[in-house]
Amino acid sequence: MESLYLLIPLSVGLVFGALWLFFKASDDGQFDDLVGPAIRVLQDDDRI
Amino acid sequence: MMMNEIAQCFHCGQPVAASADWHVKIDGAERAMCCPGCAAVAQTIVDIGQTSYYRQRNGYATAPGGVDSDGTGSAGAAGAASAALVPAALALPEDDPNIIDDGDARETTLLVEGIRCAACVWLIEHRLRQVDGVQQANLNVATEKLFIRWHKDKTTAAALLEAVRSIGYNAWPYDTTRHDAQLQKASRTLGRQLFVAGLSMMQVMMYVAPEYMAGDDGTLDAGMASLMRWASLLLTLPAIAYSAQPFLKGAWASLKARALGMDVPVALGIMAAFFGSVVSTFRGTGEVYYDSVTMFIFLLLASRYLEMVARRKAASALSRLRHGAPELAQRLALWPESRATDTVPASVLVAGDHIIVKGGEAVTADCVVVDGSTAVDLSLLTGESAPQRKLVGDAIPGGAVNAGSPVVLRVERPARDSTLAGLLKLVERAGSAKPQIAQWADRTASWFVAALLLFAAASFGFWSWHDAARAWPVAIAVLVVSCPCALSLATPSALAAATDRLLGKGALIVQPHVLETLHRATHIVFDKTGTLTEGKPTVQSVDAIDGARIIGILRVAAALEAGSAHPIARAIGAAAAAHGAGAAGAIKLQELAGQGMEGMVNGVRYRLGTADFVAGIAGDRAPAMGSAASAVTGVSPMTTVWLGMQGRWLGRFLINDALRPEARQTVEYFQRLGKTVVLLSGDQQALAGKVAGQLGIGEAIGDCLPEEKLTYVQELQRRGAVVAMVGDGINDAAVLSAADVSFAMGSGATLAQVHADCVLLDARLPLLTDTARSAEKTTRVIRQNLAWATLYNLVAIPGAAFGVLNPWLSGVGMAASSAFVVLNALRLRRG
Repeated sequence: MESLYLLIPLSVGLVFGALWLFFKASDDGQFDDLVGPAIRVLQDDDRI
Repeated sequence: MMMNEIAQCFHCGQPVAASADWHVKIDGAERAMCCPGCAAVAQTIVDIGQTSYYRQRNGYATAPGGVDSDGTGSAGAAGAASAALVPAALALPEDDPNIIDDGDARETTLLVEGIRCAACVWLIEHRLRQVDGVQQANLNVATEKLFIRWHKDKTTAAALLEAVRSIGYNAWPYDTTRHDAQLQKASRTLGRQLFVAGLSMMQVMMYVAPEYMAGDDGTLDAGMASLMRWASLLLTLPAIAYSAQPFLKGAWASLKARALGMDVPVALGIMAAFFGSVVSTFRGTGEVYYDSVTMFIFLLLASRYLEMVARRKAASALSRLRHGAPELAQRLALWPESRATDTVPASVLVAGDHIIVKGGEAVTADCVVVDGSTAVDLSLLTGESAPQRKLVGDAIPGGAVNAGSPVVLRVERPARDSTLAGLLKLVERAGSAKPQIAQWADRTASWFVAALLLFAAASFGFWSWHDAARAWPVAIAVLVVSCPCALSLATPSALAAATDRLLGKGALIVQPHVLETLHRATHIVFDKTGTLTEGKPTVQSVDAIDGARIIGILRVAAALEAGSAHPIARAIGAAAAAHGAGAAGAIKLQELAGQGMEGMVNGVRYRLGTADFVAGIAGDRAPAMGSAASAVTGVSPMTTVWLGMQGRWLGRFLINDALRPEARQTVEYFQRLGKTVVLLSGDQQALAGKVAGQLGIGEAIGDCLPEEKLTYVQELQRRGAVVAMVGDGINDAAVLSAADVSFAMGSGATLAQVHADCVLLDARLPLLTDTARSAEKTTRVIRQNLAWATLYNLVAIPGAAFGVLNPWLSGVGMAASSAFVVLNALRLRRG
């Protein structure tokens, strides 16, 4: 049970880490187009 | 140095009157401003982080109320975002091209940022109507555009802008580029807030679970419980500080304006639950509601997100139109000597300019084809998806897309007067008015909130006396569970969805009451024969004589008539095209007025025209033809055109004004619904009677003057009828405006002059039945929505007050009821 005194603060830190990552990705435009990339990956490049 | 000249306005450089008391803090120093307009602009520049403009500028800005000296307008501002143009884009000079003079009044459209729900609409409109001189203020939630009309001597555009900004909303002169950027920013922010709330909700749920599971059996020791609470507190913070912002800001804005928006109870509920929990956490005793707080922030944001998606969808038809006309055009300055092009903004084109439009490009302004031939796609303007063939001399409306080869066009009207611009104005007028029922819901919502706050306070009082431990959660539950949003979303969301769908099909709803009234209508009055008939000659039948082939007859006839602009020639050309008869070339063409055409096709001489004329070469009299005509659904006296060659009769065309193919179904449809169909016509009684007879219309009145039509409609209304009127929208404006709801069969260039509640853009009758069907569905959805919202509130609020619903369950209920209303409305977009 004592391990929780370490694990719970760690999990809080982890959530804030996840939030930071998410904001960074969002700033880079990662979530602006949620449909296009899925379609684009299906297009073959004829030159290859 | 500017700093020494205290008597000058820091923004525009004009002298500051002694009585003026406007200041803006720029780079840490208070700067004097000459007028609230300058102050608003300067404040906005500071607020959007553009303070560097003041450091870098090399001259004063134009005063908001003064003259816009650079004259480039919004196009220049959008293109070159140079610092010098910032004020031009932010301010609203009285001579801004977006401001339209209308007698003593001025009108403009502003873009408003930060609309959260229907209460914001009420708040903004309410605030503006308080300003002296404002005649009209309508906010379109779907497009976030605010239409204002004011008396030009009593107030200024800049003051109105300031009024909107003073209650916490950002308003800008309307500009497409900014609008798109703003939409993207808003949707990104809301997405982030939703994500943060979701993550925080899930984590808090994990920390709360042990406490729920252990209950009071003592397996969770005090130290551990306290650790869990502190962890929950930490993780609730981002949700409160970031995700709950829309609610807190909304509540603050409406409190500042001394009004009760819907965000007020929500914000109160969130803050009460959060601070109650924080106090318990510090004290180490008492209830905590971190899980409820994060959960209802998440759920409310989720429903708001859905609502935003729905609004965007509703606005999509509009933005399709807006982007329909290109900003640039390829002008042929030296046509016809040279085909050299230069690229110019669409706005500088004037009548008589020549432009070239390549395949796939849109046409900028209303034009006429000068060189080349192509097919154009008019789907944006009329909903008609099949491309239409355009030859030299044919008109192409602005907004059409060239689906074929490059053509040279001559501009007939400047871009701002084009068909598309007219359509856009009509659509915007459509969006800016609000039906009675929605206005009622907006007003009710604010009373509802006031009553709700009192009710929450009363339940809190009762429970403190009865069972003090439960007073807090009950009050929170009451605040959160109520859903005025569902109440005020019920109507607009349904109307927006239906209007959008109909616009896609080619029916433009200009007045918001159309769907409501059409559903109630008892009489459908077609006000002229041309509405049920084509209104132009059409080939009814082609008869071959002595074994000639129909297709051959059509080929020859079309070749003879190819160069003629006579309506009958066009009818024959259309018939040939419909039969797939390719064009043959005719030479030595001769037109004999009133008789017909003569010419050589493939070395043979033909005549096309009256019987006597054709008999001149074919010999004898016209052969007696059978009773083919009896099968024809013609209504006007029939015109017969004969085709003959040397010594031989070849064929006969019967031409007249035909019934529209769908006329019968349309009439039957309305009759099946129990509505009385009436034909009111300026044509002869006999003709009107004949059309009515063929369509099964019981009542047909011919020989009607416009005044008689008006009297007839008013007489019907006196007897309690609700009259829907269908006409061409131009010659019959009086009777159309007298009817309870009016439809115009609009087409192309005349669009802007049309005065009707609803315009059927490509004049097809089935659109009318489509609209009627939509009207029925929309009315049903609105009733369902209102019934649901009312029922929900009647059940949920007492439920929460009696302590049956706990706070998190209330959050679910509120979010679900808003989502239900919006999703139910979205059904209207399909089928």
